[in-house]
Amino acid sequence: MSQPIISVKNISKKYNITHQQGGYVALRDVLTNIAKSPFAFLKHKAKQAIGKAGKEEFWALKDINFEVNKGEAIGIIGANGAGKSTLLKILTGITPPTTGEIIMRGKVASLLEVGTGFHPELTGRENVFLNGAIMGMGKKEISDKFNSIVEFAGIKKFIDTPVKRYSSGMYVRLAFAVASHMEPDILLVDEVLAVGDAEFQKKCLGKMDEVTKQAGRTILFVSHNMGAIQKLCKKCILLNKGEIINAGPTQNVINAYLHSEVCSAASKEWTDITKAPGNDIVRLCAVRVKQKDKITNAVDIRLPVGIEMEYEVIKPGLMLSPNYHFLNEDGVYAFVSGNQDPEWQKKSYQKGKYISTAWIHGNFLSEGTMMVGAAITTFNPTVVHFFEQNAVSFRVIDSFDGSSARGDYMGAIPGVVRPILRWTTQFNEINNKV
Amino acid sequence: MNGTKITIIRPKKTFSWNDIKEIWQYKELLYFFTWRDLKVRYKQTAVGVLWAIFQPFMTMVVFSIFFGKLAQMPSDGIPYPIFVYTGLLLWQFFSSALSETSSCLISNQAIITKVYFPRLILPISSVLTKLVDFAIASVILVGLMAYYNYLPNLTGLLIIPLLLLITFMAAVGFGLFLAAVNVKYRDVRYALPFFIQMMMFVTPVIYPASIAGKYSWILAINPMTGVIKAARAAILGNAPINWELLLISGIACLIMLIIGVIYFKKTERYFADVV
Repeated sequence: MSQPIISVKNISKKYNITHQQGGYVALRDVLTNIAKSPFAFLKHKAKQAIGKAGKEEFWALKDINFEVNKGEAIGIIGANGAGKSTLLKILTGITPPTTGEIIMRGKVASLLEVGTGFHPELTGRENVFLNGAIMGMGKKEISDKFNSIVEFAGIKKFIDTPVKRYSSGMYVRLAFAVASHMEPDILLVDEVLAVGDAEFQKKCLGKMDEVTKQAGRTILFVSHNMGAIQKLCKKCILLNKGEIINAGPTQNVINAYLHSEVCSAASKEWTDITKAPGNDIVRLCAVRVKQKDKITNAVDIRLPVGIEMEYEVIKPGLMLSPNYHFLNEDGVYAFVSGNQDPEWQKKSYQKGKYISTAWIHGNFLSEGTMMVGAAITTFNPTVVHFFEQNAVSFRVIDSFDGSSARGDYMGAIPGVVRPILRWTTQFNEINNKV
Repeated sequence: MNGTKITIIRPKKTFSWNDIKEIWQYKELLYFFTWRDLKVRYKQTAVGVLWAIFQPFMTMVVFSIFFGKLAQMPSDGIPYPIFVYTGLLLWQFFSSALSETSSCLISNQAIITKVYFPRLILPISSVLTKLVDFAIASVILVGLMAYYNYLPNLTGLLIIPLLLLITFMAAVGFGLFLAAVNVKYRDVRYALPFFIQMMMFVTPVIYPASIAGKYSWILAINPMTGVIKAARAAILGNAPINWELLLISGIACLIMLIIGVIYFKKTERYFADVV
């Protein structure tokens, strides 16, 4: 056990933003640009050639270093855009790093998706071979394992039917059956558990747990599912904006993530009042998400969250009603909350600065991202002074220790809210007297 | 842990001999990609693989009627059907391999962004698929030759692999270049079919190269000219094989292949990010 099975040294990855935007460029656009302003184009090209077109650069990963020992399962967590998937893509070799070096000792397999390369026209049998080969298995290896794969998937009857006629459940089962028969030394897994029902997720987790414990395999697991991470991984790495900001025992890292003050969208301030949203009556100064008196973009599902809005009234004498609009990550309108402070109902606002806070109960929101719009309205007649859509956002996180509304359930739970309700059950004994 | 496979990931460099070694390691995947393309192509069709014969055969019939019979196109003294079919066979191999290669990265983008394998496997497998079509369609040529009582000479048969190799290099070389461009600029998808159509008229497929007279050197720039001329010379024995022309074609295709591979490898690193 002298050498680590994976060692990652100084890995950085740079993207040019222009490459990422807009999918693909049409040659025509390039040509018209050249025709319109040949000199600007040449200058740009020259700058690119000597590497000076600097402002288009975006570092998805910055100087990542870590080591993994054989048989360890490491979780990688972080907010969207923290660089988790990029790191995994570099580890699998799909995209090369800009700098640095990775050494992996052993056979590597990656599972960024189940059923990669499945072709709808091919039958289940044919897809098992194709998918197996894409995942790095040899023809003989697949033949040997074929019966076991079909049995695991439980679709023996349909194995010679084109997979386009499969139900989505059958499709995923077959795909996972192939994936779970890989025998690599190192397995790199992206959020494949995000698909499939709770039953299936449980099966996957069980299988992966078995793999690490019994076969001594090394797993690197990227996920948003804290429950899965906690169940599977003893150690964890927390990424933020392309850098490792915490690493160590899973529970500690998850706690750090929950209480991190890394605020990207958790607060928004307008320092220049003339450019702030609003009009000559009232202007917005700031919107913040707070939990336990701290600004945070990752909130604990069990505790109250305060959304505060700081605004300046320029012209006094009007009745104002601050209000918040809550949308989840799918863009579903969760709810709207208007000013409900009894002291400030039907009261005209004086000139000056105000802070209005709305408190969302703990154990009320569902897990996931919430986007908050902030507005101030006057009624009779209705005037919207400003409506800053998507002013702030925050992520609601469940720590999976059994004290939230999910209890001991590990799977995904739908819905925009997840309150703890009062439940009662009545029991009446049935008398079976004949 | 003896004999453990060690993977080292570093910033990508351009082409090296390791790439060839790597392709060899992944030969089973190459086989499976080719197998998939062949399997998928004629799924849910009634006559299946017969399409590989039907298409060139019908083209030959139409060309024979319009160019051979009605337009009285010269064919160096060979019955026009065999003459045009020999050209068509090689031309279709080249053009279909070229268009398939140029779109191989796009059509496999779901796999490219999820799994690593040497990307060069994709264009190679597309050409291999077309080679199978070529072999199937050749049956018609054998039939035609039997019908017109033509017997190929032995050197003629021996030279065919060489001709295929040159065509392969031309299609892959140019195709790799286009495939890499296609990742970033989808214009290729629109330009290529048009280009291929144009190319057919500057290649002696439906007419003999001799028709161009003193301008035939223009045709010689096109590497497929050398290949098709040599194929006719070898199989049908209408003229001695022009080794000089063939050598030029071969070298031109080799250079094309090298440029294609280098450009492909150079741009390969951003395929997964851009495609």
